[in-house]
Amino acid sequence: MSSVITGKVWKFGDNIDTDVIIPGRYLTIRDPIQMASHAFEPIRPNFTKEIAAGDIIVSGSNFGSGSSREEAPFVLKTVGIAAIVAPSFARIFYRNAINLGIPLLELKNAPEYFEEGDIVEINSEEGTIKNLTQNVTYQGTKLPSFLMEIINAGGAIAAIKERIKRQRGQ
Amino acid sequence: MSTIVEKILAAHSDRAKVEAGEIIEANVDLVMLTEQLGRRIYRDWDELEGVIEDVWDKSKIVCVLDHWVPAPHIDAAEIHKICRVFAKKHEFSHFLDMFAGICHQIMVEKFVKPGMLVVGSDSHTVTYGALNAFSTGFGATDIVICMATGRNWFKVPETIKIDLNGTLPPLVYGKDIILRLIRDLTVEGADYKSMEFAGPAISDLSIDSRLTICNMSVEAGAKCGVFPPDEKLMDYFRTLYPNSTESLNFVTPDSDALYNEEIYLNVNELNPQVAKPHSPQNSVDVTEVEGTTINQGFIGSCTNGRMEDFRIAAQILKEKHTHPDVRLIITPASREIYSQCLNEGLMKIFIEAGAMITNPTCGACIGGHLGVLASKEVCISTSNRNFQARMGHVESQIYLANAATVAASVLEGVITDPRKYIE
Repeated sequence: MSSVITGKVWKFGDNIDTDVIIPGRYLTIRDPIQMASHAFEPIRPNFTKEIAAGDIIVSGSNFGSGSSREEAPFVLKTVGIAAIVAPSFARIFYRNAINLGIPLLELKNAPEYFEEGDIVEINSEEGTIKNLTQNVTYQGTKLPSFLMEIINAGGAIAAIKERIKRQRGQ
Repeated sequence: MSTIVEKILAAHSDRAKVEAGEIIEANVDLVMLTEQLGRRIYRDWDELEGVIEDVWDKSKIVCVLDHWVPAPHIDAAEIHKICRVFAKKHEFSHFLDMFAGICHQIMVEKFVKPGMLVVGSDSHTVTYGALNAFSTGFGATDIVICMATGRNWFKVPETIKIDLNGTLPPLVYGKDIILRLIRDLTVEGADYKSMEFAGPAISDLSIDSRLTICNMSVEAGAKCGVFPPDEKLMDYFRTLYPNSTESLNFVTPDSDALYNEEIYLNVNELNPQVAKPHSPQNSVDVTEVEGTTINQGFIGSCTNGRMEDFRIAAQILKEKHTHPDVRLIITPASREIYSQCLNEGLMKIFIEAGAMITNPTCGACIGGHLGVLASKEVCISTSNRNFQARMGHVESQIYLANAATVAASVLEGVITDPRKYIE
């Protein structure tokens, strides 16, 4: 997995909770694509029709608050979101997104630096976010190396498989 | 110089002492999972086929079906079936199907003990801190890792000390304390942190109220909420395990523990609180929202579906009837509580008051079934989240309150201060 991502910005506000990312009533849908088609439906009903694979979310603080539903980062990954930039993330969402291999970058005052539709280039290894539209680069918080390993493996399950195999000398 | 959580985390790691900010590997005592993440958990598990032979410890996994029970549609039924097959295949000692109640209530009735480190596949796993344990919510992948290895990584949280002083006024409960704290802290004020409760007012709080407080600590972003032990907690365990000779591992903070922040709350001055739509941080005194028209009242959930809640609700509803335009839904948090309500005659009072009584489930609280809201409808609820669309239509509204306030409100058809019903 390449650590450099280029995509278009989608902006959201503060305290975006998991019930607006994917409402509870859609969690029983068995087809992942169909479930993901309801992402952000309560606040942005056309989101999944307009987004392109590789796009990036820039949000206000405490992104992903609320329930432990891993479906929240899962539907975002399924519709093609490649990274999320916010001043802070709710803790369960943080773990869940990393575990699914989605890079999260903490950047203070992030919403002030990006307009909806700006094109940005993210280096998740370095924690840098370059606004190509405005030609300014920002330094976000770097992920600790053991979390970067998970991102690079494509998720925690893949990472743990690699680790166990390594321990067994396979 | 350690807080309660630092002590519990250190005891479960290979370290004598841990400090806030450190990342450690720790062993878990119990893993709780429900069907909500069940399907993802079992799919992830299949990916480990060939690498992991079996779960780490069959006797330390508690699996509960509670979110959509009994199944309201085929999709939920299929998820339940997947969970049953998996639990049987791996011979879980504690697969409780849909027969015991809401996972968190079952955990505090049957499994959690002081000093334990417990993780669960639901954000309200934080509830068990009321029993002097460290407990926190994980998503599916982290649960799979715990099921496979009995371990996971934890960042030792900074701790906010919440000093509760004074004595509780009538009809003010744990719910009102935590709603007030969430307003003061905001929904992100305790992000990643532990909320450790202290102070003389604790002894005034029932275990039920403490469970409510810890349950909603996650609504301030907290990684956990935790209470120190006291005589009431010891009594709780004596009642649960009357014949046990096992000594319990109560954990107290050191007098020189380092806190990131200290908050002082005098509960004397607290009124019943109501959180307005669409955030738990929007709480105000009930008097400020009195008169707001409601369509539904809900008393239940892992937050407030316990005996303290049903006893006060019954006291208010006794020999009265709900307003003709309002429906009241009662959902006990567990079968034990359902049964106790029957024994005490509370169910008869609820039925005569016009209530609908459901089986224990997360149903109405998560907008799954048994109480979904239509557009423009307003619900006053004892549950934990009033996020937009949580209980149904995107244009519905939820007010959060204690059980007394919900009971008084369903009688009048508008949000009502319960203190007019009880002197």
